[in-house]
Amino acid sequence: MKILVCITHVPDTTSKISFTDGNTKFDKTGVQYIIGPYDDYALARAVELKEQHGGSITVLNVGEAETEPTIRKALAIGADEAIRVNAFPSDAFFVAKQIASVAKEGAYDLILMGRESIDFNGGQVHSMVGELMGLPSVSPVMVLDIEGSTAKIQREIEGGKEFMELDMPFIAGCQEPIAEWKIPNMRGIMSARSKPLQVVDPTDDGVQADVEVFELPPAKEAVKLVDPENLDELVNLLKNEAKVL
Amino acid sequence: MSTDTLTQNGQAAKRSFTDDFESPDFYQLDDLLTDEHKLIRSSIRDFVKKEITPYIEDWAENNQFPADIVSKFGEIGAFGPTVPVDYGGGGLDYTSYGLIMQEIERGDSGMRSTASVQGSLVMYPIYAYGSEEQRKKYLPKLASGEMLGCFGLTEPNHGSNPGGMETHIKDMGDHFLLNGAKMWISNAPKADIAVVWAKNQDGRIKGLIIERGMEGFTTPETHGKWSLRASCTGELVFSDVKVPKENVLPNKDGLGAPLGCLDKARYGIAWGVVGAAMDCYESARKYALEREQFGKPIASFQLVQKKLAEMLTEITKAQLVNWRLGKLMDEGKATSAQISLAKRNNVEIALNIAREARQIHGGMGITGEYPMMRHMMNLESVVTYEGTHDIHLLILGHKITGIPAFG
Repeated sequence: MKILVCITHVPDTTSKISFTDGNTKFDKTGVQYIIGPYDDYALARAVELKEQHGGSITVLNVGEAETEPTIRKALAIGADEAIRVNAFPSDAFFVAKQIASVAKEGAYDLILMGRESIDFNGGQVHSMVGELMGLPSVSPVMVLDIEGSTAKIQREIEGGKEFMELDMPFIAGCQEPIAEWKIPNMRGIMSARSKPLQVVDPTDDGVQADVEVFELPPAKEAVKLVDPENLDELVNLLKNEAKVL
Repeated sequence: MSTDTLTQNGQAAKRSFTDDFESPDFYQLDDLLTDEHKLIRSSIRDFVKKEITPYIEDWAENNQFPADIVSKFGEIGAFGPTVPVDYGGGGLDYTSYGLIMQEIERGDSGMRSTASVQGSLVMYPIYAYGSEEQRKKYLPKLASGEMLGCFGLTEPNHGSNPGGMETHIKDMGDHFLLNGAKMWISNAPKADIAVVWAKNQDGRIKGLIIERGMEGFTTPETHGKWSLRASCTGELVFSDVKVPKENVLPNKDGLGAPLGCLDKARYGIAWGVVGAAMDCYESARKYALEREQFGKPIASFQLVQKKLAEMLTEITKAQLVNWRLGKLMDEGKATSAQISLAKRNNVEIALNIAREARQIHGGMGITGEYPMMRHMMNLESVVTYEGTHDIHLLILGHKITGIPAFG
């Protein structure tokens, strides 16, 4: 079984977010980068599926050279080889086109990724890749088992869960509890040194979205406690300050 | 992108560690580490957050060695990371080894002791002084955690003076007969094998691999410790133990052989204790910012800031010493005296930081809610084992003056 796992290179979840250049660029100073947490679940499940069924795992990232430590970590966790599309992941459609292009070349049985990245949180790439490739896409996938050429999937839907069976190939946007994150061990880190990491050019530079400006949300204010006897004050606050009445 | 979205989704997706430790890096030493070093550090840090910190206070309080940690250490690759891959090791450099010890000891000195005894005091001598057959027989199982090892040098009457050891072997033709006792041996009660140092009939110190199950070999546990309570300590008692001749380490003998192992272990301690110090510092820094007295955080008082500033200064100096010592180790140039300086200095600053950090926490600092008392009690062992604080001064004194003042 050939598995393609698409990973994002995103700021750590504890990063302090700020902007530069008149709020048009993300300030990377002091920011630690990680494999997107949802992508990390997808990778962990891919490693488990490979252990069960054999095959190979290719990890794919659309990003500039700075993402290579993140890709090496994915190789240390258990991917066999990596491809980096040498381009800034400027918008979801651009990224989806790059993934579809690589995926068509590789004839993969499964294309896994996180349900969304945790920087822009678009959650669009898996379905766009599906459309571009003419393949089904499913998200958010919480259970994924393979029997023969069929996948048994459980996903969360509004107000419940959906169980489905799907023939490979397809695209899945993954989330917990599909697998537990894997911590790379020292032997994995050592072997990742020599695993192939291929750098390819983007298919086109057709960027369709451009950032005008970033804005931070207003800081959360402290909770106000109102005496239960003082209903007038409560009404006044709800009406004039919270503006919900 | 918005902070709100990042935070909300980030928290939902965040690793489920309650422990959010990040190490201070005041002099930007991360710039001197490779991406691989940083990945090694973050991997071991995640391992410690998952497998050690959630449980360590209970293990220490209950004086319980978590036996399953041995296979987990094996799986993550904490045993013998510098031993070549062909023998099951990690094939990594000494900076990597140091970072691994730092992160494990950030969790607990007892846990680090288990790992560094296995790597530096059991696997290293078998690799460096052992025969090819011995390497192939023991190293892969020790690396994977299938086997646990211990190191027998210290005796009831010979601690700082190992050359005076009484444990001895007698050549019986087709085997050696081993008699004597070793004391304060980490891992002993659970160990499958022991690397033991004993004098032959000519008074020459030889290394032997003793296996559990050999007749006359017992490992009584040492009880009543107030330190390293999550690691197991015991004695090695040899009463007419028949040791096959192929169990002798053939490629080095004399006191220099065990001291060569101690150099590796002391190097690991120099890194490890900085982990413990950073844990105490981070806990104190956070507590000082949260705890309010006189209507403001105690971090706003000068005497608390003085403590924190001195802690960070000493941690930074120790980090610099470790980084340079790691490079010297990789180049094969580190001397025993350089390792002594680092071990002695870093354990001392870690102990002082644990005590100061405990004070910043006030009464809360004496409880198991915070790590300082456990680190402090652990470090009282670390300041004594692998060469006491004073013996390392004498090693340096010898180096400076050329005059040994050991006895």
